[in-house]
Amino acid sequence: MEFDFAAEQPKFLMLMYGLIAFVAVVGGLLLLLDVVPSYFARRREAQLVAASVSGTPLPRRPKQREGAFAFFFLLPTLLLLAVGLVVPAIRTTLLSFMDSSSSNWVGLDNYRWMFAEDSIVRVLVNTLIWVLLVPLVATAFGLIYAVLVDKARFEAVAKSLIFLPMAISFVGASIIWRFVYAYRGEGDQIGLLNQIVVSLGGEPKQWLLDSPLNTFLLIVIMVWIQAGFAMVVLSAAIKAIPADIVEAARLDGTTAWQMFWRITIPSIRPALIVVVVTISIATLKVFDIVRTATNGNYDTNVIATEMYNQAFRYQENGQGSALAVFLFVLVIPIVIYQIRNLRKQREG
Amino acid sequence: MTTTTPTVGVGAQATEPTTRGARVRKRLNSRTATLVSVVIAMLWTIPTFGLFISSLRPENEIKTTGWWTFFSDPQITLENYQEVLFSSGSSGQLASYFINSLAITIPSVLFPLAFASLAAYALAWMNFKGRDWVYIGIFALQIVPLQMALVPLLRFFSTGVTIAGVQILPAWDLVDEQKFAQVWFAHTCFALPFAVFLLHNFISQLPGDLMEAARVDGATHPKIFRTIVLPLIMPALAAFGIFQFLWVWNDLLVALIFAGGGDETAPLTVRLAELAGTRGNEWQRLTAGAFVSIVVPLIVFLSLQRFFVRGLLAGSVKG
Repeated sequence: MEFDFAAEQPKFLMLMYGLIAFVAVVGGLLLLLDVVPSYFARRREAQLVAASVSGTPLPRRPKQREGAFAFFFLLPTLLLLAVGLVVPAIRTTLLSFMDSSSSNWVGLDNYRWMFAEDSIVRVLVNTLIWVLLVPLVATAFGLIYAVLVDKARFEAVAKSLIFLPMAISFVGASIIWRFVYAYRGEGDQIGLLNQIVVSLGGEPKQWLLDSPLNTFLLIVIMVWIQAGFAMVVLSAAIKAIPADIVEAARLDGTTAWQMFWRITIPSIRPALIVVVVTISIATLKVFDIVRTATNGNYDTNVIATEMYNQAFRYQENGQGSALAVFLFVLVIPIVIYQIRNLRKQREG
Repeated sequence: MTTTTPTVGVGAQATEPTTRGARVRKRLNSRTATLVSVVIAMLWTIPTFGLFISSLRPENEIKTTGWWTFFSDPQITLENYQEVLFSSGSSGQLASYFINSLAITIPSVLFPLAFASLAAYALAWMNFKGRDWVYIGIFALQIVPLQMALVPLLRFFSTGVTIAGVQILPAWDLVDEQKFAQVWFAHTCFALPFAVFLLHNFISQLPGDLMEAARVDGATHPKIFRTIVLPLIMPALAAFGIFQFLWVWNDLLVALIFAGGGDETAPLTVRLAELAGTRGNEWQRLTAGAFVSIVVPLIVFLSLQRFFVRGLLAGSVKG
């Protein structure tokens, strides 16, 4: 069957409607804000002229109308945030105390279920492993690489190679790595990992079926994506270390090792914290990798995938919402840590 | 793999090591450093490279031999791409999903860009009561995981808003390609907190004299926004635009929930995840399909990397 371009036309039409809506909303808003104030300005001008002609005292300047302006500038954002984020978040919190059809209050049952059900406890443990490992390993790789290629020849190219996975979707990255982990029962191996194992004299394995190893193999994918982010931010921080400090240390005969631990690390501490925090939060919410690579089977499930399954596959809205709320609760300590750090920096 | 051998320690020439032992050690150090960085670079590129090579090999070859045999027995075909892009339903039809990805991504980038820059300008340069609180509120919303919004937002689309039995807003009742609107809406909402934060960082650092001068000349806020602020924050807009583009193009979760799985609306990521699930061993399709989904963000990313990095640094370090 050939690809039918005509069948795709409604999509382009819809896209065009979207663009027209965009122009209408944004353009209309700006136009409105342009026309209305100039109307008021003209009226005030007329008042001033009339007042000066008749000799009556000038009318008092009307109060600043900035508030009204600001309201319209903020209106789309505030409206969308309220409808799309604030109200839903509150409703999700309420739903987490209700049953699957969201008609009866069940108190803490959904939360109790989370910690009682073996499969969900497994999910929580897996998420914990992810959050502990990914930020550390990704930051370590990013940092080592940033230090190693700093001021090297081909630095830009070398950095792009590591940074590139950031542009690849989690789904794409998962397929790339599933191919690395691929297994064939007979004949040549087509997966790189099994080929390496075979050429070292080992037995090929179905890597992704083997718990708990498979969770670590999925973590590799996340590390692979996030290391580039860590590398870019840390590399910028390293370049911002004042040259005279580095020079002074070098004149004192510091070794590369000492330089790394005594100069580099303390100087880029704030950037390090930002990177670890950002990656931690991204890791907590990891969904695509687990879904694409194993679909949460073989004991690899994490909170975000389980939340999706509960709420959208099993229609267990209460339990799904409870998992979402729990995810949110897990983010909070990380953010508080980050804020306290920022404050310390400002004071220090 | 290109043969990059980044060497370290440019500064080494500055202070000539005195003893012979020190010189040897230094050279060893830089040797190890080079080796480590090359190993890391290879670990990070070989998987993608292998996938790319495989996508060009005939189906039978992919399934029976490793992609590295390509170098001893090169066979190239574009058939995988032909099949996965244009063939009928079950084996790919990715061209259709590619269009969906485009139709989802473009408005999902434009809307938050416009709304957030308006809001960021108001929060940075207008005086009104409670300004700081509004900003802190939007800033804080960044930490709410979008999982918190999914269930109620989907209900908002499918059943409308009912308060105490009174229908306040009707259901959207969208079918087929109209569902794009839901995805645009969801992506716009979820993007706004970060967008406002990032653009506010830039806009608030514009020189205040400029605004003051314009206002003395009688320019209204919309005029200042259009003629002065917008041209000046182009780099920031580009940075956020790329960021949002990559995010939306690569997103799976939001699309899965709000676009559905059909070929009328689902983007590439949803289709690929489905192929990976149901046809996990059809590597000729998966490799070519993965590459189709990767190529657009890769081009955007490589051509605009400068802006992206700048935005990333502004977003993560300054805050």
